[in-house]
Amino acid sequence: MMKNEYIPFPSQVKKIIRHTDIEYTFRMEFTGEVKPGQFFEVSIPRYGEAPISVSGIGPDTIDLTIRKVGKVTNQIFENFEGNHLLIRGPYGNGFDIENYKNKELFIIAGGTGLSPVKGIVDYFSSHPGEAADTTLIAGFKSPDDILFKQDFEQWEKNIRVIKTVDSAPDGYQGQTGMVTKYIPDLPVKNPDNAVFIIVGPPAMMKFTVIEVQKRGIPEQNIWISYERKMCCGLGKCGHCKMDSTYICLDGPVFNYKEGKNLID
Amino acid sequence: MGYQLPRKTADTLFCRLREHYEIFAPKLFAGDGCFSDTDVIRYDKVSSLDEIEFDRRSDYSFKEALFAVNETLFYFTENETTIPSCTDKKLLIFLKSCDLHALKRLDAIYLENGPEDFYYKRLREKACFVLMDCGETCDTGFCAGMGTNRSDNYDLYLKCGEETVWIDCPSEELLSDLKEAGLNEAGETACAVTPNYVTQNKETVTLPKKLSVESFDNPLWEAYGSRCIGCGRCNFVCPTCTCFTMQDIHYRDNENVGERRRVWASCQVDGYTDIAGGGSFRQKQSDRLRFKVMHKIYDFEKRFGYPMCVGCGRCDAVCPEYISYANLVNQLAEEDAK
Ligand SMILES: Cc1cc2nc3c(=O)[nH]c(=O)nc-3n(C[C@H](O)[C@H](O)[C@H](O)COP(=O)(O)OP(=O)(O)OC[C@H]3O[C@@H](n4cnc5c(N)ncnc54)[C@H](O)[C@@H]3O)c2cc1C
Ligand code: SF4
Ligand code: SF4
Ligand code: FES
Repeated sequence: MMKNEYIPFPSQVKKIIRHTDIEYTFRMEFTGEVKPGQFFEVSIPRYGEAPISVSGIGPDTIDLTIRKVGKVTNQIFENFEGNHLLIRGPYGNGFDIENYKNKELFIIAGGTGLSPVKGIVDYFSSHPGEAADTTLIAGFKSPDDILFKQDFEQWEKNIRVIKTVDSAPDGYQGQTGMVTKYIPDLPVKNPDNAVFIIVGPPAMMKFTVIEVQKRGIPEQNIWISYERKMCCGLGKCGHCKMDSTYICLDGPVFNYKEGKNLID
Repeated sequence: MGYQLPRKTADTLFCRLREHYEIFAPKLFAGDGCFSDTDVIRYDKVSSLDEIEFDRRSDYSFKEALFAVNETLFYFTENETTIPSCTDKKLLIFLKSCDLHALKRLDAIYLENGPEDFYYKRLREKACFVLMDCGETCDTGFCAGMGTNRSDNYDLYLKCGEETVWIDCPSEELLSDLKEAGLNEAGETACAVTPNYVTQNKETVTLPKKLSVESFDNPLWEAYGSRCIGCGRCNFVCPTCTCFTMQDIHYRDNENVGERRRVWASCQVDGYTDIAGGGSFRQKQSDRLRFKVMHKIYDFEKRFGYPMCVGCGRCDAVCPEYISYANLVNQLAEEDAK
């Protein structure tokens, strides 16, 4: 019998980590090859499907960090008590860890953009010797929006971390300002050996790339991930297409040299 | 090599063939057209040759025989999903040359672009294609220039006259089914049967050769697109448009039981790119028109090696705003020279 990719399979919810009122990480049972930056379609029959990035990879689990924003995601938050969700995937190309080994690695993430790159941060935080140097700049709207608080504690021990919020109430102890504010001072030793991964909302990505290029970083050393409307994840429904590229198949991760030419 | 047989014999043959085949063909629906007092020709199951519209090009393409406007992917209850069963008959699909070329484009998306599509494939494997030739050109098509005016990869070619039917059946499987249904090779008159094809259309279209990323800024998109009302008809009649949107529904009498469907989608219609939080891409109709046209004559070719458009001309015939894709493409081509 031919494989029917549209049928989701049940996956048990092993653990829930509550970051904010509207952002939870669901640790799901899954065995099989997965890469950071790949995604799953999470399905609630009657409501629909939503593409969600893998935000962590365990030996027999994957993490899905979901923001409650609409029809499907609201329902996920209400229904997970049933102890399993229907999922299908993984889809997309994902990040290839090999591209970043022995490099000065800089990861810049805005908001939930941290999810698709979290697997890479986890990897180099637990194997710090495998990159020449690792820096994470993560930006959030406000202190209440900060995700992965426990993970940050761990990362701060092993890699350079800048955790900043756009705005904060008086008396906030942490760093403030947009992620772009921190780019001019990044300790880049050799621009040709430095790689940047930039993921976040479209405007954030645009301005971050501009700042990074000002540091003399060649295009091919920059990696981005695109978010587009996706109905299938299988190269069929057409919604994710940019020029001749299907984001669900050929992306969502692109080298900037290629990604910059993609027009909606 | 083919056969000539009396129309009556052919009628009986096709009647018997229905034991093993569902037959899809263009049919005339009087008074059902998009414009008032017009007819529409669209695909439907037919049970006799009489019902088939052989001459005029259908307003809608054959694609719905393989890919329904609205297709159930699975039914769900609280704890299980069931896949709808598929007909156990084979399919016999009557079409014109341009549409047979469109089949290759549908295959490209549904069978080659990423994993194979379960629903498309299970019908595609059962399908045989019957070429109906064109004695003269349709009004808006431009197949000759696109090289889609001729086809030789049909399973059966059939020409229907008042008293006589001519067939050529390269497909061994279909030939043996025809024999089983009563085609008597010894009894019919063997003769050379080759399809006619048109060599000239009323409309001539030249594809631009120099499209590139720069073409995205061409002012022609705005010139044509400003009239577009985003109705999506051009996509729905197109034999090569394959896009769909997922839709979940539940039944009124039991909230927990329902189905997931896919429904034809149009890149010209609002909502096609909407993402959560109010984001969307290509808000202007002119950008959507550019996206569609570039898909048809530029980016599909970059990916698969041949243009997506087959020149059937249906989009120009159906547009309520009289936007001419053919003129637009020609104007783009004229700019090559500059
Ligand atoms: C590759 C990829 C990775 C993503 N990763 C994450 C993640 O890790 N965490 C997270 O919280 N969100 C992620 N998103 C966004 C998430 O898919 C949307 O927030 C979600 O689909 C919203 O669905 P909804 O029904 O709750 O919202 P509604 O606004 O009610 O959605 C309506 C419909 O629009 C579609 N849709 C809406 N937004 C998107 C979108 N951004 N992309 C594709 N289809 C959309 C859905 O199919 C849905 O049926 C990702 C999106 C993509 C494309
Ligand atoms: S993107 Fe538009 S032109 Fe291309 S197949 Fe889909 S609906 Fe048709
Ligand atoms: S080009 Fe014509 S048929 Fe197509 S969406 Fe616009 S108005 Fe409708
Ligand atoms: S998500 Fe359907 S084609 Fe990419």
